[in-house]
Amino acid sequence: MRDVAVIGVGMQKWGELWEKSTRDIFVESALLAMDDAGVDRLDAMYVGSMSPGIFASQEHLESLMADYLGQKHIPATRVESACASGGLAFRLAWLAVSSGISDVVLAGGVEKMTDVSGGQATHALATAADMKWEGMSGVTFPGLYAMMAVAHMAKYGTTRRQLASVAVKNHDNGLLNPRAQFHLKISIDDVINSVKVADPLNILDCSPITDGAAAVILCPADHVKKFKKPGVKVIGSGHATDTIALHDRADLAALKGVGEAAARAYKMAGKKPEQIDFAEVHDCFTIAEVIVSEALGFFPAGKGGPGAEAGETARGGRIPINTSGGLKSKGHPVGATGIAQIVELTEQLRGEAGERQLKKARVGLAQNMGGSGGTALVHILEVM
Amino acid sequence: MPPARSWRAYPQTYRLEAARCTKCGKAFYPPRLVCPECHNRTFETFAMKRTGKVVSHTVIRTPASAFSALQPFAVGIVEMDDGPRLTVQIADVKFEELKIGLPVRLEFRRIFSEGESGVIQYGHKAVPIRQ
Repeated sequence: MRDVAVIGVGMQKWGELWEKSTRDIFVESALLAMDDAGVDRLDAMYVGSMSPGIFASQEHLESLMADYLGQKHIPATRVESACASGGLAFRLAWLAVSSGISDVVLAGGVEKMTDVSGGQATHALATAADMKWEGMSGVTFPGLYAMMAVAHMAKYGTTRRQLASVAVKNHDNGLLNPRAQFHLKISIDDVINSVKVADPLNILDCSPITDGAAAVILCPADHVKKFKKPGVKVIGSGHATDTIALHDRADLAALKGVGEAAARAYKMAGKKPEQIDFAEVHDCFTIAEVIVSEALGFFPAGKGGPGAEAGETARGGRIPINTSGGLKSKGHPVGATGIAQIVELTEQLRGEAGERQLKKARVGLAQNMGGSGGTALVHILEVM
Repeated sequence: MPPARSWRAYPQTYRLEAARCTKCGKAFYPPRLVCPECHNRTFETFAMKRTGKVVSHTVIRTPASAFSALQPFAVGIVEMDDGPRLTVQIADVKFEELKIGLPVRLEFRRIFSEGESGVIQYGHKAVPIRQ
């Protein structure tokens, strides 16, 4: 196994990109990443995308994207793991370089979600649940996370205000990210009084429907000097699954798959949670960031809500979470989200995060998950 | 929904058939081919009792298109007295009555009708047991 580094990142502004197609938004971000690294030829490519078949009536994305990226005949793979498609694409790209089979590999992600109606998008996302045994109830993803919230509130006393503080913090961070879908300052009361989606979650607890893509370039760590920019090293990668149906988990207030993936990444990296300087986590809903922050070991079980409300996860806090704005403010084009997290980690570790730049950013962690936590990816990156 | 996808699940959706692992005794709904607890592959089929209690709940206010006629509606995770947990709609309930521990009984109900021909999908919904 070779050490692997990220040597280039690319991401365009996310949002409702009516004038652009799936291939447009992917190729734009991929070219930015290749320019950032100073490469024009890839050895291989992994593209995370959850459901182009439903969102864009287009499968076989790997061939399409390699073609339109001008990379004739390269081995390309489309990776599907629901909302963790991007995180898994990154892991597979890391494995390809680490194994020695490829040197310069692109890991990307894309989802073009606004070409279909809200009801169709909700259906497409619901296919990440157990369609037969959860879906027939009419439960939605906000509904599944709402049931985690109800369980977490009952078990630990987590409050409505604590959940709201996660959204407020992530929108504050998004104000400083020029590529975020929303540049909108919100208050605790705005969240609590926003339109109900799935009780107790309101619209401002939920990540949005987004068009977007992101890409990063990986290479062997000992090749970094051949490229333009300082590399950042991938020191830990963890991947785990959990039951597809939320109802089959004994503890609805925990995300055991995330905990397993984190344990594997921490072990490989030789790091403990307290040695992580900052993290990008999968805040598809406010309750998700709370439970994930506990599963990653940043807070004891039940303390994620009070920690968020006390500002411990804000940019100036003990463990800054989602400096990019997170899924909540930056947007959540599902297949691209896991890659965008690596973009933010890399920019922070290189000291290129502009107004969002943290003073201490030497070790960063990215956590991406699919469904109600049925797939979990954790990566740890460090300055070289 | 393709007819075969509906009818091959009739034993579970119509009769609440579950499977109990012959080695460790854990019950599963729907049945499985291998027990995730002990990896045993033999099960005995049984029909679940219809009673259980709510272990978590929500009110869906923005459903997928197929359920839009019902909105808003309550959904819960119900732990059956026989052990398995299900995600089901909770019907005939005031939303403020929803709480963890609420005793419920599963009733056979219409879930939704689909397409121009209005093919009706049936299944179970949970209804509060009132003293």
